[in-house]
Amino acid sequence: MTAAPPVHPPPDTAPTPHGAYGLHATARITAESAGGATDLPLLDGDGPFSLRRLRSRGTQARVCVLNTMSAPHNGDRLHTEVTVGPGADLHVITAAATIALPGPVPVHATHDLTLRVADHARLHWLPEPLISAAGSDLRQRIRIDLAPTARLVLSEQQILGRPHEPPGRLSTRITLRRDGRTLLDQHNTYGPGAQGWDGPAVLAGNRATGQLLIIDPAYEDHPPEPHHLDTPPAQGVITPLPGPGVLLTAIAPDAGHLQHCLNAALRHLGHHTQ
Amino acid sequence: MSPVSLLILSDGRFPAGGHAHSGGAEAAIAAGRVHDTASLEEFCRGRLSTAGLVAAALAAAAASGHDPLLLDDAADARTPSPALRQVARRLGRQLMRAARAVWPSPDLDRLAAARPAGAHHPVVLGLVARTAGLSPQDAAQAAAYDSVCGPVNAAVRLLGLDPFQATAVLARLSGAIEHTAAQASEHAARLPVDGVDALPAASAPLLDITAEQHATWPVRLFAS
Repeated sequence: MTAAPPVHPPPDTAPTPHGAYGLHATARITAESAGGATDLPLLDGDGPFSLRRLRSRGTQARVCVLNTMSAPHNGDRLHTEVTVGPGADLHVITAAATIALPGPVPVHATHDLTLRVADHARLHWLPEPLISAAGSDLRQRIRIDLAPTARLVLSEQQILGRPHEPPGRLSTRITLRRDGRTLLDQHNTYGPGAQGWDGPAVLAGNRATGQLLIIDPAYEDHPPEPHHLDTPPAQGVITPLPGPGVLLTAIAPDAGHLQHCLNAALRHLGHHTQ
Repeated sequence: MSPVSLLILSDGRFPAGGHAHSGGAEAAIAAGRVHDTASLEEFCRGRLSTAGLVAAALAAAAASGHDPLLLDDAADARTPSPALRQVARRLGRQLMRAARAVWPSPDLDRLAAARPAGAHHPVVLGLVARTAGLSPQDAAQAAAYDSVCGPVNAAVRLLGLDPFQATAVLARLSGAIEHTAAQASEHAARLPVDGVDALPAASAPLLDITAEQHATWPVRLFAS
């Protein structure tokens, strides 16, 4: 029996001077293996997050996150906590793109996600894109803790601005620990104030960027080769991490071409999202 | 502490093999994204605030005396591209070789023995700076400066840019280099309390994407 691996240090929850004006909400999902199926003993929506259980597929429980308010606005403090217990299998999607929006207070918004997956458990985390609207300022922090035999398929897409508008400021940091060791720590910051973000070293005019992260103990013995995805105008590369996992890094002029590249990567890696 | 040591360590003629690397500029030039001094400067600003910041913080942390093997793992986690991990280790090994002759020390011997294929370059740079009596801030400045020197030198050779104008790009970047080094030192100073997560993890998608492509080119002037 292996419990969920140790958690990261708690995120900084110090109140901001304007904290009283922002929305504070925490959504929680806990999945447990029970008799060849996956139960959801905790499915706790809050604030903008409304959680809907979808029809299970085999042993896999499926959850859809609905954003039933417009959130996040600047100043909001959002948390999402997902725990997948030993042997459980959970698939999470969102019903629509999340749009980061300006707000009444001059402070950034935060969304902290903590994803924990225990031994022999699996999490698919496949939300719709995150759109950074003009004037918004969102810091997203994704902390993932995997047990040694846990599996993960995660995708994230960032769209910088709605059509014909400049982007807001968007920062996304993904830290993935497996068996206590950090396999990936990646922080992307785009938009006003981020030096060189739109230049030839970083995005070069592209407005959509995404990651696909797959961790599977089977990669331990058979790590995939680096692979360039030829899906112009999108560009992407699949790279083996220093451990049993791969990362797709992709950029594209828009959300549609980015999706095309992500799908090509999933096909290349023999995964499907449904 | 001798400021001359910093000049020796940062000198382009220091025999550590850095001149063979363009820091992603060769790929950006081939794709037409870098074509003049203005686009070179913008490339350098992007590199400095991502790979440069991470390198500077690793160097500052190593110069502060933090465990270089822990920092080497942190560098791996911040480098998803295997081509760039290999380059960083090769450059680290070459710097180690030169530095052990220039500033011999048991610390360098220990790291060389623990990582015979090379530790990540910024980690070695920080430890060398410490051995040479330099401060964490000095190490951060050397790493930040190093992150833009490669692209500027490569652009002179590949685009035939006027070397005077290319060096003027470096001079215009000096404020940004100092700012990056100061930020990096602050991150490194938080390491004892917050652990390695205190180190920045800034990343540039195009540098990662093009590094893997560049590594497969049959003919290229620069190794990275």
